[in-house]
This record gives sequence, structure tokens and C-alpha cells, in this order.
Amino acid sequence: MSAKVGIVLFPGTNCELDVAWAVEQLGGEAETLWHADDTVRDVDAVVVPGGFAHGDYLRTGAIARFSPVMNAVTNFAASGGPVVGICNGFQVLTEAGLLPGALQKNVGLTFLCETVELRVETSASVLTGLASPGALLRVPINHFEGNYVCDPDTLRRLRDEDRVVLRYVDNPNGSLDDIAGIANESGNVVGLMPHPERASDPIIGSGDGVVLLRSLLAAAAETRASLSA
Amino acid sequence: VSSYEARIDVAHLPGILDPQGATVARALPALGYHNVSEVAIAKTIRLVVDAPSADAARDQVDEMCRRLLANPVIEQYSIEITELSRT
Repeated sequence: MSAKVGIVLFPGTNCELDVAWAVEQLGGEAETLWHADDTVRDVDAVVVPGGFAHGDYLRTGAIARFSPVMNAVTNFAASGGPVVGICNGFQVLTEAGLLPGALQKNVGLTFLCETVELRVETSASVLTGLASPGALLRVPINHFEGNYVCDPDTLRRLRDEDRVVLRYVDNPNGSLDDIAGIANESGNVVGLMPHPERASDPIIGSGDGVVLLRSLLAAAAETRASLSA
Repeated sequence: VSSYEARIDVAHLPGILDPQGATVARALPALGYHNVSEVAIAKTIRLVVDAPSADAARDQVDEMCRRLLANPVIEQYSIEITELSRT
């Protein structure tokens, strides 16, 4: 049976169909998780996709944290389930305290919509398990608030614990230490600003996101196996 | 119980880049204002809270700031409480 990926849908989310399409192309099953339901049902992995959850009012991701589904996502993450936040999803995960730091406005004060080059920094995460450290991936970004910041102690821990998952080769937004994606202590929660689902087929410009999504599906399959064991 | 107006200023923490402030700081000299520095863009939140005392109102608003209105990773806040009326 294929791994089932739950895709969280807040009012204002707009990348859920792209993620579902990419997951299904790669042999996974996609299921929408409505934000007002306090459950992730029987999914094997959760993606918090991009968009403007709750209009991004107050701060990006600030209100989404209070949606009932986030309790279930937090519990799922605490039990080791794979959780990936993409773009606005990354912002939601930082506001929810599942990942450290915060994302603020890009240094150039412009909305960025372009394909960037990323360097895989570790394979010790649910998003990069099948990727080779040092590999370069071309993946689109699409954000105004992608400038990652955290305090010096947090940055030291992220580096020492091998939790910087992806870095920009040519930093587009001012992110601290060129950080494009990070993981939690156990590597089962990952947030990244680039959109791997938009690099899931060469016909749309790049297939480089496939290795990331395949890694997630592999982690999801492991979750399924460990639950049924 | 009285009504208190709370005025909350939410600003970047010192040392956290303020891209909007930096952009405005570069724009003002272009208009001839060469004696301007330390531009910071903050946001103001106003709300009315009913509470038994100004201190109680302040404590509650402070809690709101910590839980929602500010992100302590990148922001600091200050609170001004003004009594509106006694009911």
C-alpha cells in the first residue's frame, strides 16, 4: 500500500493541489486535512503547503498556529511522524514552535518568484534522506517573507546538530547563514522556503524537487511500516 | 471594572534586521534629509480591555503579546494603558 500524505488546508492556502499532484505522480496517496478538524486521521506524513494561511494577518503563520489541526500536527510530529512545511508552511511551523527561528521580510523588500540553486547539506532529515549532501538542486522560490533569522545560540545548535537541511548557493533574500531549510532535533520536522512540488517534473522547468519528495514518501512508508509492525 | 485602552507598539528586536526601516533610511537622504538615522518601522495595535485595574489590564495585555501579538524571536513590544471610563 502506498504511503498517505496529509496536506493541510487553511483558508488562504494555495499550493495544496500542486503538492497533491506531485505526491500522486510519485506513487503516493494525497489526502486533504481541513484546518478546523483536530485530526490528521491515518496519514503517514503531513505537508503544510504554501499560500497565505488565514490571510497571513498579524504575521505570516501567526493565526494558523491556532487552527485545531495544528494540535494534531504537533502530536503527530511529537510521535516521530514526518512533517514538512513548505514556504508559508515553514512560517506556520516556526510560529507553532515546531521549528526554531522566524521568517521576516526579504532584505531587498521585494517579492521573489524565481528558480534558485540549493545545496543539500545533510541527508539526516525526512526531506533529504535519499539526497546526497553537496548535491545542487534547482527549485523555485515564491515569497516575500523568506529571510530566516534566529538567535546566535539557535544558529550554533542548528549547525552543530546538522540541522541546516538546505542552503541557498546564491542567497536571494538575506537569510541568516544562507539557510533555505532546517529540521528539528529528530529530523522528522522540516521547513523550507523553496517549493519542491514546483520542481517535480522537467516539463515544468525542473525535476530536482523529486528527490526531496521521494525522501518524504520513503519516510512516510517507514512510519506506516512502524505503525503496522 | 473599568475600560482601558491599550496601545501596543511592536518593533524589531535590536540586532534583527528591519528591511523596511533600512529602505526608508536610504530614501530620506535622497529627499535631502541627511541628518536622519536609526529609522525603525514598527506596528501599533490598539485594543480596549475591561479589567478591575490598570495593572490587571497591563498584565493581561502583556500575556496577549507573549502568546500572539508579538513574536519574541524577532520582535519586542511596549504597552501603554489609558483608562477610558468607569462602568
